[in-house]
Amino acid sequence: MRWIWIDKFTEFRSGQFARAIKNLTLAEEHLHDHFPGYPVMPASLIIEGLAQTGGILVGEASGFTAKVVLAKIPRAEFHGVACAGDQLTYEVTLTDLRAEGAVVDAKAFLEGELLCDAEIVFAHLDNTRANQIFGPKNFVFTQQLLGVLDLAKAQQRAKEKEQAAAGDGQVRGEPPAAPTAG
Amino acid sequence: MPAYDEIFEKVQSTLVDALGVDEEDVSRESTLQGDLGAESIDFLDIVFRLERNFGIKIPRGELFPENLVADPEWITDGKLTSKGVSELKARLPFADLSKFEADPDVEKMGDLYTVDMLVHYVQSKLAA
Repeated sequence: MRWIWIDKFTEFRSGQFARAIKNLTLAEEHLHDHFPGYPVMPASLIIEGLAQTGGILVGEASGFTAKVVLAKIPRAEFHGVACAGDQLTYEVTLTDLRAEGAVVDAKAFLEGELLCDAEIVFAHLDNTRANQIFGPKNFVFTQQLLGVLDLAKAQQRAKEKEQAAAGDGQVRGEPPAAPTAG
Repeated sequence: MPAYDEIFEKVQSTLVDALGVDEEDVSRESTLQGDLGAESIDFLDIVFRLERNFGIKIPRGELFPENLVADPEWITDGKLTSKGVSELKARLPFADLSKFEADPDVEKMGDLYTVDMLVHYVQSKLAA
């Protein structure tokens, strides 16, 4: 199993906000144990998904130069459960960022309803300390996890290219539309 | 400038949120680590919350210096030397060292971080 608890970024505003989705499927082993006959996404893994969304938002804000680790969850409230077949939407807003770490406001939604509301504190580890604790490998931002962001960027680029191409066609084929007020 | 009590109340609620303690547990004399159970990572959370709640900027290491005893020569037999104590005073200008000076045991250094220290620190920032 890969330790990636988000499937796709659907919005990413550098240093501000990120939205990701997570689809729950019965192919995930843990749902068979949690619980047998009643496959419910463990709250801890929802937090992990929020932390991965937030961790990438925080890391990207400083160009992935620092190692970002989940330091503390001062608050987490759950208002329901998510089951196999559901799609969770994770929305994370960066509320504070400084050299030592960052705080995010993190929310999970299921079908537009708030499922989890949490606050997550991340710490930046400087390289000396990080190497002492974890070794030189950057375990936080593995290539696999960062691949989720790369994929979203690639999709965005493709979409923009497509729109630009469509826009060009319009300009060539039709007279430009009159500017609207406002 | 807000009075001491006003700042204290806000610091109190900051610590209730950051450390999950009850309001009545947070008194002026409470030590952050010993009495309120703060761990190193909580200091970062406290800094974030104080900045937000009071609209102040807290430069890195100003409130909670990262390496309190910068020079190992400040310690002899587990106690701070007089030079060590004066260096500590300079690094923690808002802490009350009067009791600590009588028995400058390194193990008790953590007790210098008190609620009162936070209030005095915030007071100085707001006055600046």
